[in-house]
Amino acid sequence: MRSRRHHRRRFSAVARVLALVPLAGLLLCGLASGAHAGALPQGESLFDAHCASCHGYDLRGRRGVAPSLIGVGAGPVKFYLSTGRMPLANPQDEPVRETPIFDPSQIRSVAAYVRAIGGGPIAPTADPAAGSLSLGFKLFDENCAGCHSIVGRGGIAINAQVPDLGQATADEVAEAIRMGPYVMPHFSTAQLDQHDLNSIARYVLWTRHPDNAGGVGIYNIGPIPEGIVAWFVGLFALVIVARLIGERLA
Amino acid sequence: MIARLLARIVAFAVAARMAMRRRDSDLAGGEAPGAKAEVSGAASEASGAEAGSGPADAEDPRRREVPANPRAETLVAGLLLAAALLAVAFIAVFVVTGLDTQLLGAALGGSLALIAAAAIVAGKSVVVQETAIEERGTLLEPEAPARIVDALSEAGEGVSRRGLITCAACVAGAAVTTAAVAPIASIGPRLTAIHKTPWHRGVRFTDIDGRLYRAEDITVGSLFTALPEGADPELIGSPLIVLRLPEAMLHLPSSRRGWAPHGILAFSKICPHAACAVSLYRYPEFPSGGNDQPALTCPCHYSTFLPAEGGKLLFGPAGRPLPQLPVLIDPNGYLRAAGGFDEDVGPSWLDVRRPSQT
Amino acid sequence: MSVRDLNPRRQAERVVRWNEERIGAYQGIRGAMRYVFPDHWSFLVGEIALYSFIVLIITGVYLALFYVPSTQQSVYHGSYVLLQGEQMSGAYRSVLDLSLDVPAGLLVRQTHHWAADVFLAAIVLHMMRVFFTGAYRKPRDLNWYIGLTMLGLAIIEGFLGYSLVDDLLSGMGLAIAYSTAMSVPFIGGQFANLVWDGPFPGSSRLFARFEIIHVFIIPAILTLLITVHLAMIVRQHHSQFPGPGRREQNVVGTPMWPAYALRSLGLLFAVAAVLVLLGGLIQINPIWQWGPYHTYLSENGAQPDWYIGWLIGALRLMPNWEVHIGGATIIPSPFWGGVLFPTVVFGVLYAWPWLERRITGDRAIHHLDERPRDRPIRTAIGTGFLSWVVLIFIIGASDRLFFRLDIPYTSQIRFWRIGVWIVPLLIGGVTLMVCRHLQRTDTHPLRGWEGTIVEAPETIDGAWSGQHVPSRVDAATPGRGRSEEDPPPGPADERGRTP
Repeated sequence: MRSRRHHRRRFSAVARVLALVPLAGLLLCGLASGAHAGALPQGESLFDAHCASCHGYDLRGRRGVAPSLIGVGAGPVKFYLSTGRMPLANPQDEPVRETPIFDPSQIRSVAAYVRAIGGGPIAPTADPAAGSLSLGFKLFDENCAGCHSIVGRGGIAINAQVPDLGQATADEVAEAIRMGPYVMPHFSTAQLDQHDLNSIARYVLWTRHPDNAGGVGIYNIGPIPEGIVAWFVGLFALVIVARLIGERLA
Repeated sequence: MIARLLARIVAFAVAARMAMRRRDSDLAGGEAPGAKAEVSGAASEASGAEAGSGPADAEDPRRREVPANPRAETLVAGLLLAAALLAVAFIAVFVVTGLDTQLLGAALGGSLALIAAAAIVAGKSVVVQETAIEERGTLLEPEAPARIVDALSEAGEGVSRRGLITCAACVAGAAVTTAAVAPIASIGPRLTAIHKTPWHRGVRFTDIDGRLYRAEDITVGSLFTALPEGADPELIGSPLIVLRLPEAMLHLPSSRRGWAPHGILAFSKICPHAACAVSLYRYPEFPSGGNDQPALTCPCHYSTFLPAEGGKLLFGPAGRPLPQLPVLIDPNGYLRAAGGFDEDVGPSWLDVRRPSQT
Repeated sequence: MSVRDLNPRRQAERVVRWNEERIGAYQGIRGAMRYVFPDHWSFLVGEIALYSFIVLIITGVYLALFYVPSTQQSVYHGSYVLLQGEQMSGAYRSVLDLSLDVPAGLLVRQTHHWAADVFLAAIVLHMMRVFFTGAYRKPRDLNWYIGLTMLGLAIIEGFLGYSLVDDLLSGMGLAIAYSTAMSVPFIGGQFANLVWDGPFPGSSRLFARFEIIHVFIIPAILTLLITVHLAMIVRQHHSQFPGPGRREQNVVGTPMWPAYALRSLGLLFAVAAVLVLLGGLIQINPIWQWGPYHTYLSENGAQPDWYIGWLIGALRLMPNWEVHIGGATIIPSPFWGGVLFPTVVFGVLYAWPWLERRITGDRAIHHLDERPRDRPIRTAIGTGFLSWVVLIFIIGASDRLFFRLDIPYTSQIRFWRIGVWIVPLLIGGVTLMVCRHLQRTDTHPLRGWEGTIVEAPETIDGAWSGQHVPSRVDAATPGRGRSEEDPPPGPADERGRTP
């Protein structure tokens, strides 16, 4: 990890975009020819129908409405479409997880189209089986729990919701870590390498069914549901018993 | 088996309740509100209450019933035996697989619940049911205060220097109490340590695993936790949160010129409100919906700070901005502190050092 | 050689004789067996708290055999995969091992934690019963103060237990507690550093200190106070609701022996059963999921146990006001929510019996409880005050409860900074109207008319003692009841004993 930090540094987002704009045309020629035959027209028509009104037919976005997609690559497209966060009816709304309107092959074709036109890296992936659960927990604790809570149940950031990770797939975890959707920070390969990514994905999948040795997990968010149970199950049951015992005997 | 027992208990409880309701309404029907005063006038001695047959008065609540309920007796015995069975089951589970908390809890809890049911059924339907009257007696005897004071005062009989002795006793008492409490001073407080942090000019930044940070590691749009090289990471003054922002975004106070080389900013990770770690970083890649600036938030009480403005508070209960540490990039590219904090980190108190300029 | 008498009755007498020859407890035993408990379920809520305390002691002794109060950090290589290689304190390690590797360890630990949550809940419910039925009036005001003190101690006790584990949540809680202690004006810095033995996170002695307070000092004080609390009840006898034959001077109900003893024993076992069942079946504070605490770690949405939640709510609600003069910070911002708010709440509760005496002028001895509706103003003040605290408590959880709402958190907080003063007034006002309506129609608020005539207290008193007692409305209305003369001192103070 240490060594990678030296040579695989990441450009800042702004620098990245600026650097890649002149390359867009070049990449268009180079990649379009290699893309899957038939996918690009489908991707283009889907993009034009559902995305272009905000992101523009040229993918350059609209100031104050939607970001440019030049250079972002396939990862963010796959992430936003497969989690149903896009398309967004009102661009000022916070994108939240919903049922995706595209099927996986449509998502692939839109991603291929965006990458063909705008360029950028292929979508990051994660292989949870190759990761370490304990490393995943440690990295999640240090980097993610501050917002997502320690068992990945989400919460609030100021003026934004932090999503529950209960439905996130390994690839979505990888995509989100690399791109930083909405207000989330993003993490470079120098900060979290592929093994780290696999490990975090493994931990996130683990949180779907965490080790509830103590019984029913009551959402694994700690004292709030515990307090509710203490009052409305524990004490309530005992008050019922008291009611039975203390019935007035005339 | 347990289920059937539980069903029986519930059925029994319902039946008992209904019976009681009937008795209640019978009683209410026979009541004449006007008769209240007479009943209370009738002195009912405890012995009278015990006899079970009080004065022939409609208002007298005393009752004594012998349930003679063989079914209830059988039920109690059955519940107790079932409780014993479950207790043995608990031991068996404990011996066989001691780590199955659910089985253990169900067995022991079930056993206790059955004992509870047995005791309640016995208390309500097996033993004598009695409503008795007990007199409270008097708390204050009319002459008691005077007599007690008299009795206490007798100690002073024939004593001539009462005032002197009292004074001396007070002095002695105060002195001995102070002496007894004095050793508390040895457990603290040591407030000298409170202004100190491990950060001073030249200390290098490491990550949580002890690896040194270089300037190029710190990328825009991400967050990094840094600790002082070679110091105790658990100290409240140790942890930093390190970020890089595009230099055009920075609006640091003029006195902090040069604190953020290449846009690299370092802040204490400890919230100045209640000392939780500030670990929530919002970095809107594309500003919209009111999220137009990067912000750091403490997840305990949601104090929110603006790193671009030197840790200024945007929202929440923190009374001070997030303390900023000046950063230095050394010739080898490692991150170092350019100096110590010029304010205190951690929560506020009387002598907390505030930032020179906010 | 005498033949051994096997008659069970004779044998029982022999045992009693052995006892009587040594302690002569006949009068006491006879009195205890005939002690009368009023038959009303709401009088049992305090017993639920008492029995939870017993469960806490028993489970706590077991836990103390395993707990190691060490802040020494070491790397975990135990049986649990998730935490392999984690740096953790000896305290956290010991509780982790107890939870995951000791047979029945987790059952006992979870039972202990549920018992703490239910203990505090039962105390609060018991206090509500006492408040709304006026059972804190003379001569029970003294017991009200003792109960209130026990509530405060129990909150501290629970918080210490939560803190001793040194998991992520407990560490964050201690950080907040330290900051709150620091925020006490003038002496806060010295006080917090005295308790923590230096700046946060404190010295290596910290958990040893907290443990001795948690397992010995506070439980000992609580045990003492419970003893006094109960002794005082026995001396004064239980209060009771008015009813046929029930007067200020008597108690009507079930004698201790045998029916009440069996029922109360049943309640003891029911409390234990519910707590053990919760402990076995519903997970509480899974510290192996939270991970160990380090100063530089925190998680979103961290919460304390419910009985501290009202303070978190106040801390979150308060703006960032700080009073500083020159270089000195006189009042740091956690003071308002963390120190002033609980001081006001407990202050009002301590002052209430005295306050009510001042307002109504009622200084008489009361053994008959009142229905909440019969004292509409007290009930309204009580619900208003309670809803104020409960509202702040709920706001403390608003990040969890309302985060799916489309209202930004900042707007919610800004709304409640004002709403928290208005909503309780509305609730108090509505309560007042409901009470007066119920008084007029005399129906049960939940069940409607049920047939049992519950006699209002002053009818009995007035008719009985022959002196004028303020009517319900008079006594409950500030100012009007004041014109009533105080009952004459001496015998008439115990009303009804006037010759």
